[in-house]
Amino acid sequence: MDIVKRYMKNINLLIGLLVIVGFLLVMITSFFYTPYDVNMMNIPEKLHSPSSKYLFGTDEFGRDIFSRMMKGTQTAFAVGLLTVIIGTSFGILIGGLAGFLGGWVDELFMRLMDALMAFPGIILALMLVAVFGPGVVNTAIALGVIAIPAISRIARSGFVQHRDAEYVLAAKLIGVKPYNIMFRHILPNISSQIIVAATVTFATAMLAEAALSYLGLGVQPPNPSWGRMLKDSQAYLVKASWYTFAPGGAITLLVLGLYMLSNAVRDYMDPRSK
Amino acid sequence: MMYMIRRFILLMTTILLVSMITFGVFQILPGDPVRTMLGTEADATQIENLRSELGLDRPLYEQYTDWIKGLLTGELGHSIRFSMPVKDLLLDRLPVTMSLAVLTLTIVLMVSLPLGMFAARRQNKLSDVSLSTLTQIGMAVPSFWLGMMLILYVGMQFSFFKISGYIPWSQSIAGALSTLILPALTIAIPQIAVNFRYVRTAILEQMQLDYVRTIRSKGMSERNVMYKHVLKNAMIPILTVFGLIMAEVVAGTIIVEQVFSLPGVGQLLITAISNRDFPLVQGIVMYITVAVVVINFIVDILYSVLDPRIRLR
Repeated sequence: MDIVKRYMKNINLLIGLLVIVGFLLVMITSFFYTPYDVNMMNIPEKLHSPSSKYLFGTDEFGRDIFSRMMKGTQTAFAVGLLTVIIGTSFGILIGGLAGFLGGWVDELFMRLMDALMAFPGIILALMLVAVFGPGVVNTAIALGVIAIPAISRIARSGFVQHRDAEYVLAAKLIGVKPYNIMFRHILPNISSQIIVAATVTFATAMLAEAALSYLGLGVQPPNPSWGRMLKDSQAYLVKASWYTFAPGGAITLLVLGLYMLSNAVRDYMDPRSK
Repeated sequence: MMYMIRRFILLMTTILLVSMITFGVFQILPGDPVRTMLGTEADATQIENLRSELGLDRPLYEQYTDWIKGLLTGELGHSIRFSMPVKDLLLDRLPVTMSLAVLTLTIVLMVSLPLGMFAARRQNKLSDVSLSTLTQIGMAVPSFWLGMMLILYVGMQFSFFKISGYIPWSQSIAGALSTLILPALTIAIPQIAVNFRYVRTAILEQMQLDYVRTIRSKGMSERNVMYKHVLKNAMIPILTVFGLIMAEVVAGTIIVEQVFSLPGVGQLLITAISNRDFPLVQGIVMYITVAVVVINFIVDILYSVLDPRIRLR
């Protein structure tokens, strides 16, 4: 049965990488080339079913769904990446200070993180979007704030574990600045857990962006977003059922790929988790 | 007892901080909130009136304490969009969301427990591996798309299901179920996927322990090993996930109510945000979050009763 397990692990890595590289290529291509203009309306050709002319069909304005899907990868990756950057940088900073300094800093930061975590994710995101307004950057800020507590907890426990390690003591004795001890000595040692958390954050951010855009509060038209396309497709669920499959399938596939990759990374970096 | 007091203090601090965040976030609104609410056409007297009506002309701490007093007495102020007390609006929508959440939780527990037990007993066999793969997909599907798929492939095929709107329980039980089952399934499926994995791991962990080997060697049937011993012990770690699932289910109702046009709290929240009805947004966010926090507190207390080791940590 060991063989099955090892095979499964490689499959995780293989499919995960394949999916993500595939989407990345689509995204890069979409900067230079899409089969049709993403916002070009062509009413006579509206709700055209998939054919060799329109690979995934056309939407209610006769826009090519495949081209819009391609452009949508940009939105998905932009929001995902920005969310991860905000979440990990603030998460590491807050968790790191809490874990490294301990005492009242630890108590204050962690209670604050507990409170942030107490909000169901989407509720906090909706509240922040209500305040900042919709849009790509604001969505990413809202989702980044939600990601901070989980990452800061992981960072904190890592810093607490390493704070009293001998190599840290040695670094302190030869007069390395606390700032450098934190980020040059301890951080690389706990990076594996943070990378795994960041991959998962990337995936959940994409799901959350789709959800917010579906609710009409995320990415705004004319920017193509998969979530928004799903919302628009719902009105034509019977008349043009193919419409919904392209964006829905894309989100599912990409998120699945990210989950598989994060599982593979976790197994690789932490053999104990097997 | 010490543990409970400590947990209670923690609960209170969390609620206090949550209220400060919910209140504070709306203070960093870019520009003048009153002007944003009324739009550009509003004249100076209108703005002044609304400002004093909302109490925005008073110091910040006074506004905050007033808001907290309101929360405790259930008076959350007036919704701007509906010109009704926030409390009445919430009470009106609460039954829909509550029914949906309870139904979802029931489905999650009823499916994920047997499924997890089944997979644990067949560890690494084909059925276990395929279930694990399937649940991974279940976690990746966006819930609102899942809802649309259910509408397309179940709702449209069977006349029993209503794919939009809500029929109250008091009117017809079958009617209520026909409007709630599909949305409940939509929220439940990803949660089943998550919970299935916890149940499977928890049972597998128990199966490796010495006491299982002992009772097996004493000749106890596999059935009794599972139901009388393993399951009871495995339930303790599973219970902790329950709080997490609860939060996810509450969050799930917000999106899924939109998919199935259910007139619940989630729909109210989305309407409130679209209309920049900030007192209503604040009230809904606060109540939902406090509900989730309190449920988690209860789960923690139950956990410590079931597993006294927790209290000593």
